[in-house]
Amino acid sequence: MTASTPHPVAAAAVAPALTVFVEGIGLVGPGLDSWQDGQAQLTGQADYVSAKTVLPPPMSLPAAERRRAGAVIKVSLAVGHEAVNAAGLQASTLPSVFSSSGGDGINCHDICAALASNDRLISPTRFHNSVHNAASGYWSISTGATPTSSVLCAHDGSFSAGLLEAITQAVVDDTPVLLVAYDTDYPEPLRSKRPIPDTLGVALVLSPRRSERSLARLHLQAADCTTSAAENTMADASLEFLRQTIPAARALPLLQAIASRQAGAVALAYLDGAHLAVEVGLP
Amino acid sequence: MSAHSPIASPLPSMPALLLSHFTATSSIGRGLDETLVSLREQRSGLKPCDFDSADLQTWTGAVDAVDKEAIRSDLRAFNCRNNRLAQIGLRQDGFDQAVLAAAARCGKRRVGVFLGTSTSGILETELAYRARDPATGALPAGFVYAGSHNPFSVTAFVRDYFGLEGPAMTVSSACSSSAKVFASARRMIAAGLIDAAVVGGVDSLCLTTLYGFNSLDLLSPDPCRPFDIARKGISIGEAAAFVLLEKLPGSLDADAVLLRGVGESSDAHHMSAPHPEGRGAIAAMHQALASAGLQPGSIDYINLHGTATPSNDAVEGSAVAEVFGERALPCSSTKGATGHTLGAAGGLEAVISALALQQGFMPGGVNTDSLDPALPVDYLLHNRDKPLQYVLSNSFGFGGTNCSLILGRAQ
Repeated sequence: MTASTPHPVAAAAVAPALTVFVEGIGLVGPGLDSWQDGQAQLTGQADYVSAKTVLPPPMSLPAAERRRAGAVIKVSLAVGHEAVNAAGLQASTLPSVFSSSGGDGINCHDICAALASNDRLISPTRFHNSVHNAASGYWSISTGATPTSSVLCAHDGSFSAGLLEAITQAVVDDTPVLLVAYDTDYPEPLRSKRPIPDTLGVALVLSPRRSERSLARLHLQAADCTTSAAENTMADASLEFLRQTIPAARALPLLQAIASRQAGAVALAYLDGAHLAVEVGLP
Repeated sequence: MSAHSPIASPLPSMPALLLSHFTATSSIGRGLDETLVSLREQRSGLKPCDFDSADLQTWTGAVDAVDKEAIRSDLRAFNCRNNRLAQIGLRQDGFDQAVLAAAARCGKRRVGVFLGTSTSGILETELAYRARDPATGALPAGFVYAGSHNPFSVTAFVRDYFGLEGPAMTVSSACSSSAKVFASARRMIAAGLIDAAVVGGVDSLCLTTLYGFNSLDLLSPDPCRPFDIARKGISIGEAAAFVLLEKLPGSLDADAVLLRGVGESSDAHHMSAPHPEGRGAIAAMHQALASAGLQPGSIDYINLHGTATPSNDAVEGSAVAEVFGERALPCSSTKGATGHTLGAAGGLEAVISALALQQGFMPGGVNTDSLDPALPVDYLLHNRDKPLQYVLSNSFGFGGTNCSLILGRAQ
């Protein structure tokens, strides 16, 4: 079923396998301005220095919407465009998977605070930005992308849920797919209950076919795509802090493996007792 | 007119999947028997809104006694209205036993859980914000974010309820959520990752949606009237709908219901208004037909999204006419009966569509008196008995997300 795999050895494996190629990557987070810069920090070639996330303005939105755009929209558009540009594909043609634990934390707080007040009137913009698919909606509106977009959540395992959905879609529907995973921080009082320290977004363009741009090959076993092996961690303490505290940053061990061009198994945080077992290989 | 690009199309035709068990709980009934009686009697579950402290002139489709349901003791971390409603739903029609049997048959790791919700247990957060510590502003100690507020809460609850160990995620794309779970399950089964999936949707009343839709002037002051010339907006409802979706077994009962086609698209137009020409809706219906390998003339009945807002119904009416021809086939919205159950609507209406196929009848729209003559569809005001082969169900949502499902009888 993976006729596109270029490796006869892999194709001869007994269990069916799902294979995709990583065609482009986007990254924005604390002290991480882009995948272009961040890969050196992930591989230890440059020092990682923690700093508040800098979110670029979403230039693809009309001015009025750009002003109103919250962190969720800014981060997802930034990483989405970085990944799609690197892949050399048209954003308008790509199906997408958007995955996040909680969406826009500030927007959610403002609605809950208004509903607890004497004046419960909330703004229409607040409300339509409260849907979990707000980032997906703004992405499709600003890029003209009319294919399907799946919008997911699996709490701390949201990145892996999105990766599994995107790989599955790329293989089954035989199409490149854009995956965008992102989380933002809540203000107090929700912050104490869900202590996400800052905003981080990761985007991958996954294709069922290898190209000259392919950065890595990802491979899942269909018979059982999970493992009870310990999840991979980051050696750098600051990066490991990000991984543990921002759900989308659970992707960092995968990004590190791709950046360092290391082949091997990566266990990514997914569900209780079941981590996503991803084989990372050279393209 | 049709906007779907070749790259986005699913496989030309998808293998059919079996809806081996299904159930629904909404304001028109707990379980299939009560739901069927209400549909047969064209009874609406809508009543003047008396939810919590809401002070809004609107009607809601509330499920009775949700808050009397005690969450199973080992799952108390998930205690919230949304999961109480989920538990009520799971316990109807022997659905829970069917899931356990599937897990025993396929293996716990080979059964996925993919559920749609728009607001999950955010009501708990709304209540917690009213009970903040006056000195520190802190939320009450008893508030559990992961088990209530987080969109994954309902899926984690259902997964743990059955001890399942397969892939799981919540799909939260507003009002298309629990239609799109069928698409995700289709892909996971086709990929060989799972053999069966618990899909569906659970959404429950909360102030965020009541006051949110009010802010957009989309709440009807009367019971909602889909496709009526005097329609004024939605009535919000709540529901838990579940389907056990499986690969086709070797033999099928004559009245078995199959998932035959799925279409998904994005409007790429506006966050809270549909594309004026129904571009995304048309693409979703075309894709669903293509994936089922069917021509438009094969569909016997459409369960419309039919929210009863002036613009949604106008766009859906013209989109249906574009794909199927003007007034070409009977259609209706069941939201006059159930209210708009938002993230549960796709699942609820898939179950209603499955009932229609099994029972051989098309539910007439409730509350609608004077059809809008500008909407070029054959909208049913009364039930019609007729054997049905294929039913299409539409679900569209904020952000321009669209999903159409085609269900069919196995015969």
